[in-house]
Amino acid sequence: MARKPKAEGAASRLWKASPLTFVTLIAAAIVSFFPFYWMVVIASRTNDAIGSVPPPLTPGGNLFDNIGRVLDNENAAFVTGLTNSLIISTVVTVAVVFFSSLAGFAFAKLRFRGQNAMLLIILATMMVPVQLGLIPLYQMMVKFGWQNQLQAVIVPSLVSAWGVFMMRQYVSQTVPDELIEASRVDGASTWRIYWSIVMPALRPAAAVLGLFIFMQTWNDFLWPLTVLQDPANPTVQISLRSLNQAYYTDYSQVFAGTALATVPLAIVFILFGRQIISGIMEGAVKA
Amino acid sequence: MTPNTADRTRRGRPAHSHAQPPPPRKARGTFGTRLDMKTSPYLYVAPFFVIFLIFQLYPLVYTFWVSLHNQPLGGEGEFVGADNFTALMKDEQFWNSVYNTLGIFVVSTVPQLLIGLYLANALNRKLRGRGFFRMTMAVPIITSTAAVAIIFGQIYNRDFGIANWVLGWFGVENIDWRATKWASWIAISTMVDWRWTGYNTLIYLASMQSIPKDLYESAALDGASARRQFWQITVPMLRPTIIFTVIISTIGGLQLFAEPLMFSSGSGNYTGGTLRQYQTVTMYLFENMFTRFNLGYAATVAWALFLLIVIVAFINYLLTRRIGSAK
Repeated sequence: MARKPKAEGAASRLWKASPLTFVTLIAAAIVSFFPFYWMVVIASRTNDAIGSVPPPLTPGGNLFDNIGRVLDNENAAFVTGLTNSLIISTVVTVAVVFFSSLAGFAFAKLRFRGQNAMLLIILATMMVPVQLGLIPLYQMMVKFGWQNQLQAVIVPSLVSAWGVFMMRQYVSQTVPDELIEASRVDGASTWRIYWSIVMPALRPAAAVLGLFIFMQTWNDFLWPLTVLQDPANPTVQISLRSLNQAYYTDYSQVFAGTALATVPLAIVFILFGRQIISGIMEGAVKA
Repeated sequence: MTPNTADRTRRGRPAHSHAQPPPPRKARGTFGTRLDMKTSPYLYVAPFFVIFLIFQLYPLVYTFWVSLHNQPLGGEGEFVGADNFTALMKDEQFWNSVYNTLGIFVVSTVPQLLIGLYLANALNRKLRGRGFFRMTMAVPIITSTAAVAIIFGQIYNRDFGIANWVLGWFGVENIDWRATKWASWIAISTMVDWRWTGYNTLIYLASMQSIPKDLYESAALDGASARRQFWQITVPMLRPTIIFTVIISTIGGLQLFAEPLMFSSGSGNYTGGTLRQYQTVTMYLFENMFTRFNLGYAATVAWALFLLIVIVAFINYLLTRRIGSAK
């Protein structure tokens, strides 16, 4: 704990960071970035270099060589994995944002029978771990013949209770009731109200929701592992798992794959880091 | 961003307010409007609710029915009543997985939240590069648990991982991180903490920023040291947020799966090491599902996990609720 001399009344002084605080934060920053750096170091080295003691601490020249080996590795089906993940994450993100905004709007601003009971059920399931429904859902997929197919990952994720709840909160806070009343009097249909009043007001929250759903879907592990048992048609995370399982001594190849799987999210973070941070800080978000 | 958009929509109102003078007529009365008012809400909720019901709610409930059966993977189940539950209570491998899950949970969560609190306090002051430091807190969140497990798995390699190399400077012999409960628990906990500490830091920071500054000013006038202010103002004011993070960490932490699974490279698989040193409850669920092909029993494990989460979350709630009220 940064011990500071007793503040002599000056409030601004109180909030100044001590050098020790600064050093701590720099250390934290290094810890945050180190695994990314290390990923690049290992991904760009040969296995011989990696296995030596002391270990190499700087990147080498074998990155593209290693990436080539991952992409050619038929057991990991890495290209299929990347493509599948891109398809799944995009479809799920668009669907969740759209359905959540529709339902969130209805829960916030429309009146209908069973509204409160429905909302209660949604809230109750938000905290339940996915593991609880895993087995029946798996049996269902077997019955539908969806095993090892993308729709098995996509369809159950098309809606999110958490998304609906987040959108409901946002709509009730930002769209005044009188505005909706007034448009009704003007003869606007419900769809028109949704489309030209609610949607534009919702945009910032929809962006945050979309970002987190995309990240969550891209990184999802448990359900794809359950339902995509065929290593020839994986998501990128399952490709990583296959790599790690079969080639765990071939660190340079596994790390090249890990780096490839992380690049899309790194791009998302570079583009939308601000929104991600404010999403976390508003507490609206679980990652 | 909330107040901004509120302003914008409110400013947009005058455009509509020309409709204000006439008193609100009862819905325009045409058949179409009434139909719209009646059916729209259901139409808007329907896509969500249908998918939610079939793919999310129904499986949750049906798990209980499966757990009452001797249900092989692919095949007809046989009703066995509570047999699976009685068997589970006597199942040493299950209790071992509970022990591991709780152990890793404690080893990872306690430092994670304390460090988060400390870093948030550090970030909550006048500081050059505040935005940059905040960004560094958020960046681990983008990595997948699989990626984290792979990277740290190499760092914890027994023979040439940098963890052992660095510890060697202090004269520590090479540790086989996968061999014992404690070593593997610590290794897995660092993976969890690396990914989640910054997330908690940002949540605490947001909450700290909303504490009124004059509380600190008057405390400073009374001569309270920075440390005292932290424990007697910051922490008590943060109590609801701390409860929130504790509950979220409990729910997430007890579901731990990808990190320990990927930590055992090669043959180890769902057992979490040859001696089940780090097999968590979810890994045990998967073992019953895909190694023993016993879905009924796996469903029972799923229920037990759910109950475990509810119980631990409740205990943690009772514990954290007392923060700051004692003194």
